[in-house]
Amino acid sequence: MSNPQHLTYSKEHEWLTAVEDGVATVGITAFAADALGDVVYVDLPEVGRTIAAGETVGELESTKSVSDLYTPASGEVVEVNQAVIDDPALVNSEPFEGGWLFKLRLEGTPEGLLSADEYTAHTGG
Amino acid sequence: MSLRLTALDAVHRALGATMTDFAGWDMPLRYGSEREEHNAVRTKAGLFDLSHMGEITVSGPQAGEMLDHALVGFVSALAEHKARYTMICAADGGILDDLIVYRTGDDEFMVVANASNAQLVLDELTARVEGFDAVVRDDRDAYALIAVQGPDSPAILGSLTDADLPGLKYYTCLPATVAGRPALLARTGYTGEDGFELFVAPADAVALWQALTEAGTAYGLIPCGLSCRDTLRLEAGMPLYGHELNTSLTPFDAGLGRVVRFDKTTNEGAFVGRAALEKAAEQAAATPPRVLVGLVSPGRRVPRAEMNVVDAEGTVIGSITSGAPSPTLGKPIAMAYVDAAHATPGAQVAVDVRGTHEPVEVVALPFYKRAR
Repeated sequence: MSNPQHLTYSKEHEWLTAVEDGVATVGITAFAADALGDVVYVDLPEVGRTIAAGETVGELESTKSVSDLYTPASGEVVEVNQAVIDDPALVNSEPFEGGWLFKLRLEGTPEGLLSADEYTAHTGG
Repeated sequence: MSLRLTALDAVHRALGATMTDFAGWDMPLRYGSEREEHNAVRTKAGLFDLSHMGEITVSGPQAGEMLDHALVGFVSALAEHKARYTMICAADGGILDDLIVYRTGDDEFMVVANASNAQLVLDELTARVEGFDAVVRDDRDAYALIAVQGPDSPAILGSLTDADLPGLKYYTCLPATVAGRPALLARTGYTGEDGFELFVAPADAVALWQALTEAGTAYGLIPCGLSCRDTLRLEAGMPLYGHELNTSLTPFDAGLGRVVRFDKTTNEGAFVGRAALEKAAEQAAATPPRVLVGLVSPGRRVPRAEMNVVDAEGTVIGSITSGAPSPTLGKPIAMAYVDAAHATPGAQVAVDVRGTHEPVEVVALPFYKRAR
């Protein structure tokens, strides 16, 4: 699955949308979802929590392993995706769409993120 | 060190498999969704490349007596074409590997070892053959191993062979021709389902894989990787060496004392590990050691190997050996060694999952048993 051009990416395999009314959406990439295998459980940060870029904010559990979830940007969590909590397989089937994880009211401008082409190169694509 | 490739490597690449290093072999972990692969084996059929398993042939007039000496089982008592689950132990009774032994002929047996232990088993058998009129042969490169597992596997395999599959009972084997190629057919597996394992020449592996794929597609057969093999065997309560079994445990510690045959009549009953295992048996009867149990979690976080099992006070009472989300049960399951006081089905304990005590219930093994 190719990495959508309209998103920015962290080296830890999260994606971030452009900011709309101060809020951006975060998910994990298809590359990461594929590496995890079938995701069976997602632990997401609480709404209202303030998180800092690079911080561990949750975990993704798959058949074979559990992986930390990092946030690619700083801000306040304003919404989590209840659909993906109820059906974690969305992370695998629609990583860039229905499998989004949480929304963040950004503090400052995200730094150190990659373009789609840069991220594709980062993952050896 | 470069990874060893099976005869089916190009097939796995063409199928887009995610590969993994397993005991020095580059093996398919999964082709697509491991949950779908798991469910295919439970409800239809799955096709596995298990060529990493280690085949060792022991032949000669005293092959049976030699294996009675080298292993804990009563191997010489096996009828021709029968198979048995057994173990090889150290002199101190510790489990070196768990094995399946097939009697392939009057004077010939095939020992199948785990990939991770195959060299050790070969070395031990080579040492233990001394004094017996028998020969130990490394046949790891002589065979590719393909398994077709699941309720539709008899129909699929039956369409490719004239062999008497209904007559081929569980834990028996038969030399046969499948899709025009010679194969040793065995009704064995590690999934908790009906199924077959085909020991074939590496040069025939691709043709047989393709024939089984073509015959199986109409039934819903899909290629399956090692990831679902692990969840399948876990649901079936089957131990995996390095998890439930290791050198510091005896078969009695693992609740598998039944594989130790003190009633062997060959070699005057002597076999490697006997004295230590007799003590282990007495000890297990007098003071039960930690017991291997099943755990089921009502939550969603998954107990994993090496996590601690704790009681209501948070005291460590055991340790997880294997854990995974169970596709069949729809919840996390695990196997663990726990103190005998907490080993009764129904006991409520907890697992320390990264600092959080997740409640789990002790259940009897296996988690899943197929309807027969």
